[in-house]
Amino acid sequence: MTMLVIVVVVAAAGIALGIAAGYWLPPHGRLARRDRPRPVRRILLPFTGEAISRRSFEAAVRLAKAENATVMPAFLATVPMNLPLETPLPVQCARGMPLLESIEQRLISQGVPVDSRVGRGRTARDALRRLLEQEHFDRIIVSADEDQHSGLGYDDLRWLLERAPAEILILRTAPEDTRQISSNAVSGHF
Amino acid sequence: MSEAIASGESPSPALRSGERRGRLKVFLGMAAGVGKTFRMLIEGRVELEAGRDVVVGLLETHGRAETAQLAEGLPILPRVRMTYRQTMIEEMDLRAIVVREPEICLIDELAHTNAPGSEHAKRYEDVEEILAAGIDVLSTLNIQHLESLNDHITELSGIRVRETIPDAILGRADEVVLIDLTPEALLDRLRAGKIYPSERIDAALNNFFRIENLAALREVALRQVAEEVGAKRLTTELVGSREESLAADAPQAVGERLLALVEPYPGTQRLVRRAWRSAHRLGAELDLLWVRKPGQRLTAENERSLSALRQLASVLGAKMFEEESDDVAAAVVEHASRRGTTYILVGRSRPARGVARLRVPLPQRLMQRLPGVDVRIVADRSQRASADVQ
Repeated sequence: MTMLVIVVVVAAAGIALGIAAGYWLPPHGRLARRDRPRPVRRILLPFTGEAISRRSFEAAVRLAKAENATVMPAFLATVPMNLPLETPLPVQCARGMPLLESIEQRLISQGVPVDSRVGRGRTARDALRRLLEQEHFDRIIVSADEDQHSGLGYDDLRWLLERAPAEILILRTAPEDTRQISSNAVSGHF
Repeated sequence: MSEAIASGESPSPALRSGERRGRLKVFLGMAAGVGKTFRMLIEGRVELEAGRDVVVGLLETHGRAETAQLAEGLPILPRVRMTYRQTMIEEMDLRAIVVREPEICLIDELAHTNAPGSEHAKRYEDVEEILAAGIDVLSTLNIQHLESLNDHITELSGIRVRETIPDAILGRADEVVLIDLTPEALLDRLRAGKIYPSERIDAALNNFFRIENLAALREVALRQVAEEVGAKRLTTELVGSREESLAADAPQAVGERLLALVEPYPGTQRLVRRAWRSAHRLGAELDLLWVRKPGQRLTAENERSLSALRQLASVLGAKMFEEESDDVAAAVVEHASRRGTTYILVGRSRPARGVARLRVPLPQRLMQRLPGVDVRIVADRSQRASADVQ
């Protein structure tokens, strides 16, 4: 009889332990993931057009992998002066969102954490300034070719160097390297 | 026999039908020249020939011979003249209309802003007074004058329209008639000089009357009227007769509304973008809903994600809602029913813990409780990428 009670108690304890373990331990190995170092650095990759240079993208990927950072591609939308700043911008979004998706897809396929942003301002610089006021970024990667990939001209780059509270990586032009990442590269049903 | 009729006088509209308010019928178009005024005049003539007392309160022919010709034979009330900054301005004579007490009054350009010194600042306010006097009104309006669409249309066309009217005015109209014309046909009319005099045609073609503008405006106008019809159906369901209620039970004919369920995590933005893209293709409205657990605390990272999500929603023109509930499915069902949602997009659920594993997954619960609403699960691409790597 005593033996039976012991068996029942042990079985009940085992079941309780199993339920507790089931509750606290989700499937697919939370513990293993917890051991991984968390990304602590944030790399901003701003753009305004329908394409970004492959060089900027690759630089972001290299840095992110080396520093265990999150890449934050940011679409900078410009609001005309005759519209309220909070106005929706479906026409610009129709251009910018597929590119944002395309960049995200490529970053994810290379195993780089990604967290996208959308900035809005009267100019690309204004949108970037507002974004920098809202959040901290460790690095900002921009292209210096002033070809509207990032939508930032030389004056804006100078402003960025003087004012932005982050390390700025300005990529020099490479006329022979015209490779781009565009919204055409977006895959799947988007 | 009433005293008025016995004395041979025409009773006032208010007396004719008790304290009834006049009916407002609006002819809505995507741009000038589609034929709103023309159609209004035709209806006025038909009513006149049917023996009703019709007057033209205000007519803008814009020098169009066809329009002026159609107005012949209709009694037109003279405008009132006023001086503003040493300029003579003519406006609709509101008092003359109210005193004249016609059965139907035709009033062009509902969104017009009256000259300073007028009784009301806006013509729609004049129309409100005329309706209150029991007089039916036929009026015209271009879609870009609607307040809620003004910013959207400015972004589409690049041209800001200053004269706007509150959407509620159109919402209160008893009838809205869309005067539709293809952009190509409208451009033909413009080139033929039927809309503007020849010296203004080139400027018009290069500015507002670009075919892509007109196509976008036409789409907005069609959707607006579709939404008006949808709103009227909902009203019918609430207050209508049994037949009307049965009609309201019929499947919704127009107006898709998408709902994306979001959470403040980076991956959610992808779901929102995809939902927006689908909404864009369907010409539908997009709502975002975050069901927050009561007392739920957010980490700094969650806060940043939430802020980014709100910014994204604002730029895309989606409406973001936050509701507190322990029961996500119940909150979604309540929201979807209230907003008339036709399509729900959900992301991949995070792995359930403990007894939650035994629960029916959220998409299935939603499908059970929202029959007729499509539920779509948006794939998590990061999972696919890691699977590819393996």
